[in-house]
Amino acid sequence: MIDCDVHNAVASDSALLPYLSARWRRHLEQVGSRTFSPFTRGHAYPKAARFASRHDAWPPSGGLPGSDLEFMRAQLLDAYDVEYAVLNCLYRAPEQRNADFGAALAAAVNDWQVEHWLGRDARLRASLTVPFEFPDLAAAEIERAAAHPGFVQVLLYPRTSAPLGRRHYRPIFEAACRAGLPVGIHAASTTPGPITASGWPSYYIEDHTGLAVAFQAQLISLIFEGVFDRFPDLRVVLMEGGFAWVPALMARLDALQERLGDEVPDLAHPPSYYLRHHVRITTQPMEEPERPGDLVPLLREIGQEVLMFSSDYPHWDFENPHRAFRTRVPADLHQRIMVDNARAQYRFTS
Amino acid sequence: MSGPPGSRGVVVAAADEIPVGGRKIVEVDGRSIGVFHLPDGYVALRTTCPHESAPLCEGILTGAITSPGPGRYHYDRRGEILRCPWHRWEFDVRNGRSWTDPDRVRVRSYPVTTDGGPVVVHV
Repeated sequence: MIDCDVHNAVASDSALLPYLSARWRRHLEQVGSRTFSPFTRGHAYPKAARFASRHDAWPPSGGLPGSDLEFMRAQLLDAYDVEYAVLNCLYRAPEQRNADFGAALAAAVNDWQVEHWLGRDARLRASLTVPFEFPDLAAAEIERAAAHPGFVQVLLYPRTSAPLGRRHYRPIFEAACRAGLPVGIHAASTTPGPITASGWPSYYIEDHTGLAVAFQAQLISLIFEGVFDRFPDLRVVLMEGGFAWVPALMARLDALQERLGDEVPDLAHPPSYYLRHHVRITTQPMEEPERPGDLVPLLREIGQEVLMFSSDYPHWDFENPHRAFRTRVPADLHQRIMVDNARAQYRFTS
Repeated sequence: MSGPPGSRGVVVAAADEIPVGGRKIVEVDGRSIGVFHLPDGYVALRTTCPHESAPLCEGILTGAITSPGPGRYHYDRRGEILRCPWHRWEFDVRNGRSWTDPDRVRVRSYPVTTDGGPVVVHV
């Protein structure tokens, strides 16, 4: 099994100090985190569980869930015989309003990942943290850090200050393609603007549900701004945004392009083409239809090459790889989702 | 005191071992079972959550919030609703039934007797 979304946590800010220059160490200690999100230390809505984590994922060593590799081995890597796990560290470096501080923190997170994770377990791979609201700095960090073979992806969040297809963000895609890395977009309850397209809601359940809408907005933008036409080698991974919406959105976009396509005449293909050829989607949180068997036609409709299994360990909505589907998925499709699609996407050797 | 006909009693804890409000998770015939000491006696449930096999009995014991209408809430059954440590599915610790879908989703529950002595689960 290949797990495409696992969260390693920076146990505390002090863990990053060895990777920061004296200038930014002082900044971290005296000024600290100031993010685009309205809540600098917590999130805009209290999560369903403390640190958004499984109640049983707090390590006996006392740190945060996801901060203890030994415990991660016991609860995930060994327990489920994981062949490769892709780490997505959600430390809040990319959200810093101080661009240079954000870039320094991102580099520190990446160097910390090399030493404390990639260097300690051969099954681990990681996404690169980049200050994506400052694309020139993000591109520079990709150039600097991507050479390490343990990094397999560039990490962005779905709620950005503008849709990711806008030309402002092009340096990120250019640098990712040059480094041969996919760009992964992972759910995060962080945001420079209101957390839904219609403003601020009241509850976490709305924040959580609204993530799927944010992912759709990004996918629509990437397609119609011509990002995939401009970067034919670009691969994008959508992580933790659900997938039941995919067939409906693709059908609607294909139909609309026939009526409204004059506005974007340089689009080389129908929108659904870009999904199948450039986009991969991780499975967690798994769709759980009223009749569990309804999942299989949905998986087929999305396309057998698109979905990749993810557990989201150690978060509260973790998916048990043996129980995630709750229905019998045909063996060939199951094999693709659990192993083959990720192996091809991240070029893992067997 | 015996359990239901056909069941087998297994001693899982000494008489004063589990404090009121506490629990003990035990292995019986390879099955993990959570034994809970409520104010009026003991109950026991299979540890494995029927949803995705999480260790249900390691979850917190909470209460039930019900609402007769918008803006009105009742919080009762304190300490009797077991919440799964992963996806927060909730079960009535007294009978193993899901709080939201009691007819379709349940976790196996076992009779418990003490007879003034050690705690016995009947499997």
